[in-house]
Amino acid sequence: MTEGSAITDELRSMIGMATEPVIMEVERGAIRRYADAIGDPNPLFSDVEYARNSRYGEVICPPGFFGWPLKRGGMMELLGTIGGALFRAGVPRILDGGVDYEFFLPIRAGDILTSHGKFADFREREGRTGKMLFITMETTYLNQNGDLVAKARSTLIAL
Amino acid sequence: MAKQLYYEDVEAGMEVPPLVKKPTTQQLVKWAAASGDFYQLHYDKDFAQAQGFPSVLVHGKLKFGLLGQMLIDWIGEDGVLKKLGCSYRGTDFPGEDLICKGKVTNKYVKDGEHIVELEVWTENPRGERTTPGTAVVALPSRG
Repeated sequence: MTEGSAITDELRSMIGMATEPVIMEVERGAIRRYADAIGDPNPLFSDVEYARNSRYGEVICPPGFFGWPLKRGGMMELLGTIGGALFRAGVPRILDGGVDYEFFLPIRAGDILTSHGKFADFREREGRTGKMLFITMETTYLNQNGDLVAKARSTLIAL
Repeated sequence: MAKQLYYEDVEAGMEVPPLVKKPTTQQLVKWAAASGDFYQLHYDKDFAQAQGFPSVLVHGKLKFGLLGQMLIDWIGEDGVLKKLGCSYRGTDFPGEDLICKGKVTNKYVKDGEHIVELEVWTENPRGERTTPGTAVVALPSRG
């Protein structure tokens, strides 16, 4: 365990660091498999005829599903870079703390989404077992028309 | 589909009908494949035990998905899920009941939208809230 703050100059300099955009294809089959894995029989996710006659006009994604990458951006690299800095800051264990989504528009099968991720912020807290850093990663999702469909704020806990 | 819920039907303190699930190891594997999250903690028991857990863990994001299912069932097709967030506070294991619950905390009209705020969570069989969170939905109005 390090003395003093786990917020190093290296970490501070990384705030705002962004990934290359990730391009994702939203396929009907991928949506159906995701809904099936959740155990959600909602026909809006799986029944093309039903969805066509709904106000959405097409099968839509359950919350939290954004299709499959056609082009992978640099999120893993960014997390690796941050992970290295956290290790050097004396907080090497990283846990998934949770996620907050805002949904602006429905995501339909056939959409092509572009997501941009960035290292948005961090704050330090004294936990029961020592220093903890709460790291916020922010991801925005745009559809093929350039409209913002969703925003995610994920929390990583480093200790 | 269930009948449509309206803004006027909802009051603070009202509970969302609970969604009771019992994830199996098979469901975790299906979810890993469907989501692309292949972290071994969720399907490799030896890996999980080496990390100090008795067994593989239910994915946090799967619990998020189950909370989403509960809310979308409740708000009906004319409702809109605007925000959903949760913290992965406690660990849940396959083979145990995972109960999704929610409670209305506030309702108001803003910019012509009929908004309902909720607290949501998953509960284990010991009554512990393992995934606390909040949600915001918009409902149709009879008005």
